[in-house]
Amino acid sequence: MALLDIRQRTGWLFGAIVVSHIILISAQVTTKRGVPVLQEVTFGAFAEMQRGATSAFGSAREGWQNYFALQEIRRENDQLKQEVTKLRVSLEQERSVAQQTRTLQQLLDLRSATSFETAAAMVIGSGADPEFRTITIDKGTQDGLRPDMAVMSPAGIVGRILMPTARAAKVQLIIDRDAAAGVLIERSRVNGVVEGLGSGEELGFKAGMISLNYVPSSADVKPGDRVVTSGIDGIYPKGVPVGEIQSVERPGGEWRIRVKPAVDFAALEAVLVVLKAPDPPSETADDGKR
Amino acid sequence: MKALAVFIAIALALGLQTTLARFVVGGSAAVDLVLVAVVAVALTIGPVGGMLAGSAAGLIQDALSSGVIGIGGLAKTIVGFLAGAFGQQFIVTAALPRLVIFVAATVLHGAVFMGLYYVLDLRAFPSPWKPLAAQALGNALVGIVAFGIIESLPGIVERRRSRRGRR
Repeated sequence: MALLDIRQRTGWLFGAIVVSHIILISAQVTTKRGVPVLQEVTFGAFAEMQRGATSAFGSAREGWQNYFALQEIRRENDQLKQEVTKLRVSLEQERSVAQQTRTLQQLLDLRSATSFETAAAMVIGSGADPEFRTITIDKGTQDGLRPDMAVMSPAGIVGRILMPTARAAKVQLIIDRDAAAGVLIERSRVNGVVEGLGSGEELGFKAGMISLNYVPSSADVKPGDRVVTSGIDGIYPKGVPVGEIQSVERPGGEWRIRVKPAVDFAALEAVLVVLKAPDPPSETADDGKR
Repeated sequence: MKALAVFIAIALALGLQTTLARFVVGGSAAVDLVLVAVVAVALTIGPVGGMLAGSAAGLIQDALSSGVIGIGGLAKTIVGFLAGAFGQQFIVTAALPRLVIFVAATVLHGAVFMGLYYVLDLRAFPSPWKPLAAQALGNALVGIVAFGIIESLPGIVERRRSRRGRR
């Protein structure tokens, strides 16, 4: 219908004039609230546009802030993870230091309790060959260490200095197959000699055990008896714990006594080296096996 | 030339309307000469001329009255546009169609004019139909007469010229 076809130029012109008149009328007419219609309509329309723009802007800003917040949280998370890792490492170090401190404290206590001159040393390594039960300590001849000096820990006897160098020394553990020490059973005061068993698998014994030999046939020996050094070997001071009798057998009339060492050699961290040997005993039970 | 003629027609209508209104009983004119001029222009020129003439004449009329400027302009714009568009689509040279167009244009103008005032709560029209019908009839009569005078003017001028030539 051409009469109302506003797609034509005339239609557009008509629409423009009508709108102009409406705007003109609205500018003069006030609403019941006393506000001009044009102002109210314009303000209302503009307010909606502002609301939409503000909402869109707010959403965009919120999204942007959330994005950055997530970035920040991720960064913070990474930092916290690193911090937790560092703290864990630090905690482990602190625990290690605390353990070391306890060990050293025990050593100090032992050193204070003993009457002979000692030097503390840290274990810095173990033997390269499992057949030879040795450890390496961080003190050597510069610190006054000499071969055959006794090495002990707060728990008991450890071994003896085998080969000292200037700043380190190899220590033969009491559980080594070639090690031996004069001992006595604390309860019955029976003398004997403990010898290491080495790896012990081929002997059918549990590794790390020591054997108590040269015990008189009439001796009173029971499992659970504490074994201490007798001091007659000229190396180890008297009365230092060696271990506890684990099993007692007597096949064919000969003693077969196994002693569990008092020292946990796997957890050995610090030791005391007896610098000045105790006075030699009047009688020697050690037959030379060292 | 057309624009000048339109301007003169509108100015004449406004002049007559403003001078004759005070002679009408009750102070309310039964004829809207400006509306008649707008419809006449629209039927003669077309919708564009009709709506421009209606817009301008209505705004001037509003400005001269105490009402809201734009309501009369809007009403006359719509009337001028539709009258012009109708005049382009249909043959309205006879008296009856013109009468109908003038009546319809007056009713439409009154509906828009009074409707806007009513909607905007600016003025109340307790019984608008009787004066509106009177005005429609008056406008139609004036319009037909005016159209007749306008259309006969060129012939009268021509005859006078030919008489002067014989003398």
